[in-house]
Amino acid sequence: MSVHLLEARDVAMHFGGVKALDGVDFRLKKGELRCLLGPNGAGKSTFFRCLTGTHKPTRGHILFKGTDIAGKERHDIARAGIGVKTQVPSLFDGLTTHENLWLALRTVRNAVAREEKIADVMERVGISPLRDNVLGRMAHGQRQLVELAMVVASDPDLVLLDEPAAGMTDGEVERLASIIRDLNRTHTVVVVEHDMHFIRMIADQVTVFHQGRILAEGHVESILANQTVRDVYLGKKHGA
Amino acid sequence: MTLSTFCRASGTHVALAAVAMLAAIVIFPKVAPLYTLINVTLYMSMGVFALSLALLWGYGGILCFGQSAFFGLGAYAYAIAAINFGDTTLASAFAIGIPALFAAGLGYFLFYGRLSDVYLGVITLTVTLILFKLINSTGGDAWRIGEARLGGFNGIPNTPLLTMPFTGIPLSPANLFTLACIALFATYALCKRLITTRFGRAVIAVRENEVRAELLGYNARRLKLAIFVISAGIAGLAGLLFANSVFVSPTMFSLSMAAQVLIWVVVGGLGTLFGPVAACFALQIAAAALGKLGLIDPNIVLGLVLVVFVVFVPGGIQPALAALLARILTPPRGSPGHMREEAAR
Repeated sequence: MSVHLLEARDVAMHFGGVKALDGVDFRLKKGELRCLLGPNGAGKSTFFRCLTGTHKPTRGHILFKGTDIAGKERHDIARAGIGVKTQVPSLFDGLTTHENLWLALRTVRNAVAREEKIADVMERVGISPLRDNVLGRMAHGQRQLVELAMVVASDPDLVLLDEPAAGMTDGEVERLASIIRDLNRTHTVVVVEHDMHFIRMIADQVTVFHQGRILAEGHVESILANQTVRDVYLGKKHGA
Repeated sequence: MTLSTFCRASGTHVALAAVAMLAAIVIFPKVAPLYTLINVTLYMSMGVFALSLALLWGYGGILCFGQSAFFGLGAYAYAIAAINFGDTTLASAFAIGIPALFAAGLGYFLFYGRLSDVYLGVITLTVTLILFKLINSTGGDAWRIGEARLGGFNGIPNTPLLTMPFTGIPLSPANLFTLACIALFATYALCKRLITTRFGRAVIAVRENEVRAELLGYNARRLKLAIFVISAGIAGLAGLLFANSVFVSPTMFSLSMAAQVLIWVVVGGLGTLFGPVAACFALQIAAAALGKLGLIDPNIVLGLVLVVFVVFVPGGIQPALAALLARILTPPRGSPGHMREEAAR
């Protein structure tokens, strides 16, 4: 059995003639916090959607805890132990924070244990005052935190966060970075992000996507010092 | 309305409904003339029908334009089984089971085929109209299932009345009224209970956001199929009661029947259970009164009522009444009661 919690082998995703992913090989060890970065259209979000079951890869395998999850249904992937926070918060807008978290605790049958867990997660993410607020009437940053709390509450083996800091204030971003670092003490985390400031706040290891492939992988500072990566980010033609 | 509101309201509403049911069973057959008793039994069966769509659309978020298909199937399944078996108890099980089975087959293609809401509405309506045309064309001796002649547009006038189990004695109108009361209450209590269970909450979660529900591990398609089947079974029960109040005919599958139930749910309040039943009763009584007067086609009035509610009371009767009640019970700003409440906050 593979030593990696997640392993993508030669994953490709084609939309008609467009190759959004073109043979991605990616490995992630248990306990890691990895940032996926790259400019718009690099393929990181497509790769993320392949991991969550939203897209079925055209080719390749995605092994999670040794089982191929490529092309499986979203709920099967969630049940396998992957928790997802989407780019635009995807929540139960007509329900309160408490009810959203109640639903996130799908596997907890005991009512007392469930309430304790909800209170614990709300405290951990700092959303206790929002307990009875309806999600549809909450600010974007608060919604981001509630969605993160839902992922934390479901206690997955792997947490996937797609641009979690998008639309947040500086204060909220700092708090979010602290929550993600704290989360990484107990969970393996993958964050899709292109905000360098935020990446520096949370990550050691980064993987850079470019044109549907992995361009570079390694420690955040060495990667950001890499001339090829800088060229890609600054818009200079790669390889020129 | 949120999950917790359902939980808090559930017990009180069911208790009130139980009191109303008992009062109706005890008092109404003694004071009402036979004609009224039969009519109210009919309204009760329609109330059960309204609940079937109130559950499916209001809580499952599935807009089924062809709920009357299950209503009609329930009635026909009952009539055919009762004529063939000579036993109405087993036939009653058929009235619930056959629509549920049909919904399971239809729902499998709808939900597992990942059809969008618009297509779902169109297909369910089409299925109803196909059944309407099919049943209408079953006149003549050739169209029979066992001993039961389908009867084309005449329906099955000799639909056997429900009998007491084991004795075979047909139920009197008063007995049928009692049964309809119990069925309406039981369906209401079942729906109320259902939406507070883990299953019910998961169904509401799917209604709210199917993608998020799936990302949390809920099998959205299975949940939608399950609520579709349950709702069809309830519509079948309504069909059984209707068949015993009137008789079985193709109009049960008709477009007007399919539209009526939608209007009851919209007027009563989407996402509520009591509202659609109240709207069903009120609109049927109004339609009967208008029909007696003969001044205007009741369907035109029904259409106007729908337009008025969609424009001016989009939430429906129940939420509007609840809001009004809350306003009445809240002390006016500046009054001692209001200041006490503010201080308590």
